[in-house]
Amino acid sequence: MKIKNYHLATSLQDAYEVLTESRNNAIVAGGGWLKLSSRTIEKAVDLSDLPLDYIKETDNAVEIGSMTPLQKIVESEALMKICKGILPQAVSQIMGVSLRNLVTVGGSVVGKYGFSDVLTPLLAMNTKLVFYKQGETTLPEFLSQKGRTDDVLEKVVLPKTAGTGYFKKVAKTPLDFAVLNVAITKIDDQYRIVLGSRPSVATLSEEAMAYVNGKKSLRDEDLEHAAKLVRKNVKFGQNPRASQEYREELAYVYTKRGLKEVRDCES
Amino acid sequence: MKVNATINGMKRVLDVQPDEYLVDTLRRYNYLSVRRGCDTTSCGVCTILVDDQPVPSCAYLSVRADGKTITTVEGIPKHAEKLSEHFGETGADQCGFCNSGIALSVYALQKSGKGITDETLRHYLVGHLCRCTGYQAQHQAIKKYLGDSDE
Amino acid sequence: MSKSFKAVNVKTPSIDGKGIMMGRPAFTDDLALKDSLIIKVLRSPHAFAKIVSIDTKKAEELAGVEIVLTHKDFKRNAYTRAGQGYPEPSPHDKFPLDEYVRYVGDEVAAVAAVDEATALEALSLIEVEYEKLTPVLDFEQAKGHESIIHPEEDIYEMFPIGFDPKKNVAAAYSMEVGDVERTLKESDVVVEESFYTQAQAHVMLEPHTVNAHIDYQDRLVLYSATQTPFHVRRILSQTLEIPLSKIRVIKPRVGGGFGGKQAIHGEMLAAAITKRTGKPSKLTYTRKEVFESSCTRHPMRLDMKIGATKDGKITGIDCYGLSDTGAYGEHALTVFMVTGSKVLPLYNKVDSVRFHGDVVYTNTVSSGAFRGYGAIQGNYALESIVDMLAEKLGMDPMELRQKNMILENETSPIFEIMGEGTEGTAMNMDSCKLDYCVKRGMELIDYKNKYPKRKVSDHKVRSIGGAIAMQGSGIPYIDMGAAILKLNDDGFYNLMVGATEIGQGSDTILAQIAAEQLGVDVSKVIVYSSDTDLTPFDPGAYASSTTYVSGNAVLKAAKEMRSMVIAEAARSLEVDIERIEFDGEVFRVKGEDDKITLSDLSNRLYYNEDQKQLVATGSYYGTKSPPPFMAGFVEVEVDLETGEYDVLDYVSVVDCGTTINPELARGQVEGGIVQGLGMAVTEDVHYAKNGKLITSDMLNYKIPTNLTLKKLTTEFADSYEESGPYGAKSVGEIGIDTPPAAIANAIYNATGVRIKTLPVTSEKILKRLKDKEI
Repeated sequence: MKIKNYHLATSLQDAYEVLTESRNNAIVAGGGWLKLSSRTIEKAVDLSDLPLDYIKETDNAVEIGSMTPLQKIVESEALMKICKGILPQAVSQIMGVSLRNLVTVGGSVVGKYGFSDVLTPLLAMNTKLVFYKQGETTLPEFLSQKGRTDDVLEKVVLPKTAGTGYFKKVAKTPLDFAVLNVAITKIDDQYRIVLGSRPSVATLSEEAMAYVNGKKSLRDEDLEHAAKLVRKNVKFGQNPRASQEYREELAYVYTKRGLKEVRDCES
Repeated sequence: MKVNATINGMKRVLDVQPDEYLVDTLRRYNYLSVRRGCDTTSCGVCTILVDDQPVPSCAYLSVRADGKTITTVEGIPKHAEKLSEHFGETGADQCGFCNSGIALSVYALQKSGKGITDETLRHYLVGHLCRCTGYQAQHQAIKKYLGDSDE
Repeated sequence: MSKSFKAVNVKTPSIDGKGIMMGRPAFTDDLALKDSLIIKVLRSPHAFAKIVSIDTKKAEELAGVEIVLTHKDFKRNAYTRAGQGYPEPSPHDKFPLDEYVRYVGDEVAAVAAVDEATALEALSLIEVEYEKLTPVLDFEQAKGHESIIHPEEDIYEMFPIGFDPKKNVAAAYSMEVGDVERTLKESDVVVEESFYTQAQAHVMLEPHTVNAHIDYQDRLVLYSATQTPFHVRRILSQTLEIPLSKIRVIKPRVGGGFGGKQAIHGEMLAAAITKRTGKPSKLTYTRKEVFESSCTRHPMRLDMKIGATKDGKITGIDCYGLSDTGAYGEHALTVFMVTGSKVLPLYNKVDSVRFHGDVVYTNTVSSGAFRGYGAIQGNYALESIVDMLAEKLGMDPMELRQKNMILENETSPIFEIMGEGTEGTAMNMDSCKLDYCVKRGMELIDYKNKYPKRKVSDHKVRSIGGAIAMQGSGIPYIDMGAAILKLNDDGFYNLMVGATEIGQGSDTILAQIAAEQLGVDVSKVIVYSSDTDLTPFDPGAYASSTTYVSGNAVLKAAKEMRSMVIAEAARSLEVDIERIEFDGEVFRVKGEDDKITLSDLSNRLYYNEDQKQLVATGSYYGTKSPPPFMAGFVEVEVDLETGEYDVLDYVSVVDCGTTINPELARGQVEGGIVQGLGMAVTEDVHYAKNGKLITSDMLNYKIPTNLTLKKLTTEFADSYEESGPYGAKSVGEIGIDTPPAAIANAIYNATGVRIKTLPVTSEKILKRLKDKEI
């Protein structure tokens, strides 16, 4: 990664203007994964002087400023209350403390990394994103957009719903990217099932969700069936961390276990 | 570019490139305790404190240090010395390439005032890889150090 | 057995721990001259190619570039990077730069420039035209492959090692005691299986680092993060044709080696560049270069056959090995031989034993020395198949071991037949507490109650696995250590040793040995190690030799110094030597009040009367290599639905003779265990189809963390090796050997599936479990 010029943004408007000046300009969030890229940035736009480092509770939501380091999420009591705290729980399993002090929630979201342990729980929690220009959008909608994001992420908004949740990261060591991660939530009686690090980017398992949400009550065999739907319908792939077959098997096992945990937790 | 930072209590003006990282800048300015292990934020060797928080200096853009307080292990000699005594006690010293980074994380933990258990301490330090010791002697030494300092 | 000591076998903090923790400049890069030229290396994108043309003009013209070197700039002197005693048992098959590139990451050209950015830009300006050749990537296809990796005529072996490059064979070996085929035919029970081990990476946290300058006496001075400074000096001299007397190699603090820094890496280019430019230069490998362009452990396939009588006497062991040395043949023969020689004698009561096979070249990262050095590969295969044999016999695997393993005062014919690259040395096991290690290990792991497994939930099982191991203590008649002790005014000593401190604590334990003999506190022995100008010779830190070989040299020097100071005290007190009593601090005349302190005597010697400098030297080479032994037991918890497992406890009971420094010895064992667990559990190696290493950074190559295992339980047997310094044997490698087999055995006990290819990943376990269901 080469950076030719550095620009410390003075406002979101300023950041947006500089970003959109050229395709070769880019926002640098935490910078944790900058080196993995071999591109040359003409102008790096730094948001660190803007007041975007916060976790704020409003009446019905918790808002996380895009420049909030992941470690603050781990330590947030407000976030612990949403869906049994699967977001802090998931984030606490990302590398070590020092990296989590550096990388930001904004960088983790906008990067749309396949290996992300942040997107998986967020996707299970009705997450909304607020961009400077585009305004509010949902996380699934954002993930479905192809190509570069020509906008500045301002905050990530989580509805303040108690709900319940489950998160599992399967990894070779605590410092490795996930072989697979699974997040399952139940909010207002609706289950959401998310598979991440497939190794491609996290996704909802619509078939399995439709199946479980269509049931009045969930018997063990229903959970098993839902887990089979995940294995069958979600697209898994292979990389040096695992084969497609192993990911499918893990997805099956942990969906089953996760659904059971979430179901039993409520009752 | 010029960066104004307080390093180990001293105001310094650093001349840096826009894509330079603190590990390189600090070594260039003779803070030689800051060493590069992996260059991909995976090992913890290059850990420094920025505003009292441990960060990997191999991924911290130097320009961002403007107005910040930076601590390297040269800035906490008393704590490092005390910790080294505990390392000596448990036989946790081996090559020591990772020790300065560990000392800074331990110092930050100590300063945060958080209580620790075996489990939370291990999780707190998981980002510090060591290829020599097998970790157990380090863990014992750090636990004793934190216990001592509490008193 | 144990004796009472003052300085050895007592808790002694590392003499350098404080300064290192406080971040004082110590490591190679800390000591580089300011404004050193930065060296960067252009590396091959191809697994096998011939350089048709190389144009460096644009790079040379770039402002700030000092020099660009290609193969055209070097005389063709073949050498080996291995860093072994001379003549080396490794083929001279490498050139500083060559017209062939033999793996992705091989050196093509080197640039030295004013800064890193300029050097990197210069690399991008070098125009290379390659003729791509068919690479050999599968080591099982290498022998006799139509593609010849080393077709050049000017490479050679130093003495017969089975070197046959036209067949892609770097070395070959064969030995047999008795008639193994007949023995196995006549055995009641025979088990046969093949095992595969991977190219483990050392991942020492300090990358390979070197800097060079010409000093004011016009000599080439190198600071290098090396385990073998004297070998580095010799190899540079021979290859670059610089007189040995014109080179000085200094080894500063080294940030871990594990065998990876036994070989020479950046030293050749840094020396060549500084020699040519007259300017200081430095070269630090990127982490990617450490993975991609240094050395790894030799991957192997080991075909094992083992036979026994019905009642569990092991009758014969047959091992055919195929070892992959990668692009160059560093340690090809010797690692391979250790796979037999430091493993097979564990079962010394066999009628027949055979060990044979080839070490082949491939177009992959070169293999080299790595802690365990063949023994870990052999141990995994042998200790896996012993468990398989036990099952077939219907015997407890530890009982089978206890019945057949080597005991104190016994020997094995293998010791005489197999050395390292040469014939071996017959020896008896004068100290061998393996029987105690096994018994105590079983107690500590609670074998009686926990073996083989217990169900802990509907899908989780806990199980136990074990293995035994042996290593060596230096190479007899080859490895020598030397020490110089100097008395200073005020009565403290300097200890100069060639022995190479690489973080394992050798400076500390050698000071302890000297202090014990001299009767002083360790703080009175100031150690300086590994500087080819100032310290005596030592081959370096490898082959588990430092405590035993260099330790014995220090002990000899200290004995000599002790008699020298006593003689001087007698002279000053005007009595016969026999009448002097000396406790390390004060000389007393027996039965009289006359006395003189060492401090006063020293001051008198240097300032006042009969002035002279007292210097004592000691040299030692082993006439045997007493093996340390250990028993290792692991408890794992396996998830039967996913194949994932946690390592709950690793019990090690070790016989390394006297532990000179008990805490540091424990550190050696525990560090070895966890590094061995890395090989067993997490450290997967992946190559792309074109031969490029995928696991070439620490994001993708995963070494154990502090959460990888829950607990280490380490104990030492009460043991005393008469030939060792204060009863010590070496302890650097023994810890690494058992984890692969212990893990594989534990997984088998939990699941009924045997993993025969390292590492033992959860994916492999689950796949085998699924296959079993079908």
